[in-house]
Amino acid sequence: MIEAYLERASTYAGDIDNLFSVIFWIVVLWGGLAEIILFYFCFRFRKKEGVKGQYISGEEKHQKKWIAIPHYLVLVFDVFLIAGAISVWYNIKQRLPEPDLTVGVVAQQWAWTFIHPGADGVLHTEDDIKTIDKLHLIENTTYHFELESKDVLHSFSVPVFRLKQDIIPGRKITGWFKPIKKGEWDIQCTEICGIGHGLMPARVHITSAYDHQQWIVQNTPGSSGQAYASASN
Amino acid sequence: MSFWEKYVFSTDHKVIGLQYMFTGLFMAAIGGFFVYVFRMQLAFPGISVPGYGEVTPLAYNSLVTNHGTIMIFWFAMPVLIAAFGNILIPLMIGCDDMVFPRINRLSFQIFLLSAIILIASFFVPNGGFGGAWTSYPPLSANAEYNATPLGAPMWLIAVALEFVAFLLGGINFITTLMNARAPGMTMYRIPIVLWMIVIASILFMCSVGPLIAGAVMLLFDQTLGTSFYNPAGGGDPLLWQHLFWFFGHPEVYVVLLPAMGIVAEIMATMARKKLFGYKTILYSVIATGILSFVVWAHHQFIAGIDPRMANLFTVTTLLISVPIAELCFVYIATLYGGSITFNTPMLWALSFMVEFLIGGITGIFLGASGVDIFFHDTYFVVAHFHYTFVPIAIIGFYAGITYWFPKIFGKMLSDRLGKIHFWGTIIPFNFIFIPLFLLGAAGQHRRIWDFSNYSDLATPEFFNLRVIATVSLIVMISFQFVFLFNFIKSLRSKEKAPKNPWDANTLEWTADSPPPHGNWPELPEKVYRGPYEFSHPDRESDFWPQDEPGPDPDDPDYKSGYSPDSDIESSSTKA
Repeated sequence: MIEAYLERASTYAGDIDNLFSVIFWIVVLWGGLAEIILFYFCFRFRKKEGVKGQYISGEEKHQKKWIAIPHYLVLVFDVFLIAGAISVWYNIKQRLPEPDLTVGVVAQQWAWTFIHPGADGVLHTEDDIKTIDKLHLIENTTYHFELESKDVLHSFSVPVFRLKQDIIPGRKITGWFKPIKKGEWDIQCTEICGIGHGLMPARVHITSAYDHQQWIVQNTPGSSGQAYASASN
Repeated sequence: MSFWEKYVFSTDHKVIGLQYMFTGLFMAAIGGFFVYVFRMQLAFPGISVPGYGEVTPLAYNSLVTNHGTIMIFWFAMPVLIAAFGNILIPLMIGCDDMVFPRINRLSFQIFLLSAIILIASFFVPNGGFGGAWTSYPPLSANAEYNATPLGAPMWLIAVALEFVAFLLGGINFITTLMNARAPGMTMYRIPIVLWMIVIASILFMCSVGPLIAGAVMLLFDQTLGTSFYNPAGGGDPLLWQHLFWFFGHPEVYVVLLPAMGIVAEIMATMARKKLFGYKTILYSVIATGILSFVVWAHHQFIAGIDPRMANLFTVTTLLISVPIAELCFVYIATLYGGSITFNTPMLWALSFMVEFLIGGITGIFLGASGVDIFFHDTYFVVAHFHYTFVPIAIIGFYAGITYWFPKIFGKMLSDRLGKIHFWGTIIPFNFIFIPLFLLGAAGQHRRIWDFSNYSDLATPEFFNLRVIATVSLIVMISFQFVFLFNFIKSLRSKEKAPKNPWDANTLEWTADSPPPHGNWPELPEKVYRGPYEFSHPDRESDFWPQDEPGPDPDDPDYKSGYSPDSDIESSSTKA
């Protein structure tokens, strides 16, 4: 359902969407049933002249079962929901697959600095490419990201990846994603971070390996004499 | 008695209750104005909002922060717990006042002081605090980051004082309910609304301690340069989040329970039905209360806590759906076999169920850690908790005030105006928040001053949804003037309300409307039965007041036809 509003650009976006759909139908079933019964009772038992209400304590066994049975069913559904939620969570947040590349993300009030590995494919070397507010990624490549903050809490959110992770000053938080679609989408900060919180949009650019190679060549510091890649890419 | 003694420095529980109520409503008006201003900015970025002017990013943050803070701490809590608790507890258990009337007065005075400090913080240089109602450090701890060197500590002091006020009030509620009940008002004969208010007070008392300690540490970080939450000085920003949400989640139930109690009273009375399983409700509420202490980290799934911890909190969070679902089932079952009158209080009570159910089930998405990765801090969350808090605070308040208005003020509200106000509030309410669910599902994140900066969110379709929400909000706010008009018109009307206009059973309906200081010339002598003996087959009348001498149908020795009021038609009404 979510894909109607938002494209899926990571391997696990589909997992989250599917879990959403499962929960959606479960809650529509339960919530819908409860609402229908509520409205039906309101209609069926509206006040009529000369008809007195019934006297039901709800304390007797044959009455309690009307609550007890749905209540156990809720518990059964809960077990399924918990299993689904935890398995999706485990895959995205707890498991850390071997990366092909690693990118650095540094958040500050109110901008993003993205650090890409250069031609050697290794982060934290001399040929790293730093960009402001633009993250360049290669399609079908498993990435680790390393989140750091210079000041307050921020949150790294890429809606098309269905990914979100808060960034805490003083810590380096590592996670992963694997883009599966070429294109350009929003990156948001989703943790309030001061006056400019609404003013730190960034973009993720996902390209083929070949295009990315071109981009690296054009932007490697030294080769083109610039410390920061031009924003035109 | 002079005006000052009677209305300002009174120790009468009803006057203190009304002081809380009117202060809460005044604050709600401020919170409502704030939401009008920032919703205008969201729908029409950059316009000069009528009645306010242009909204700067700094002002925007302060508006959303204080809207949340006010609506929860200065509207929901004072009105639902303090106002209804103060007014109802002594009247419903049959005593003349709270057991600590002066502490009660002190509680309100501290609360008033806290409200004044909060309002004053809007007018200091750089305005009120704008770091969200959750006030996460380091943003909240450091003026360099939040740009509100005075607003931030004032906000924090106001919140801490408000907690002190409610601690004092809560102690009073608990003690009064335990010690001042009329003879015969046994544990299972206490009206369910009082249980809910008192259990809420207990939850508050147990959860707020760590937060007050946390608030003092945050204040030290702000003003003395300590580093409790500052990683550079060896502190940990996550510590605050744990302290805050350890309180913050039980707090949801602290305001939910009184509202559910109010709804239960109204539903039983207007459906002429005994509550379906009084004990089931009571024990479900206690279970919910206990569980609510072990779910807090679902607010922090992606905050940087150890990812393994999320699994534990997913389990506890989804399990809390069991007692809450049970409560909803019990409420719906209460309607079965009733003889339902759809007057204004009942419409509010029923709409609470309808809307709160939506709020409840949408919470399941967020409690499931897997989906929360995407939904956390989006408008889906905003829509979800407004579908819980609007039923709790706004619907719960209107249900309560329309039901007890005759008792509190001695006049009747107009039912026709009440219904106009009801539909004018409920319909726009849904049109505000359904668009926000959709925007949230599309990835729109919270607390953003202007979505035009985000190309994926700046499409015309999304702006249409934002405009629908904002226009609906304005419609909803305008209809509140109908209530105001009805309120004033009824107060000025000459017609007096009868003692018991709804034919209810509980003790407050035996007092005069409005009850004098001391409530009854002579306190109720004895309570004979539970509060929900409606439509008993052995009686001609369809209610059975708690203080009317006679047998208790819940008594195991009770025999049909035992009642002095019993009549021949008992067999025909047993249908």
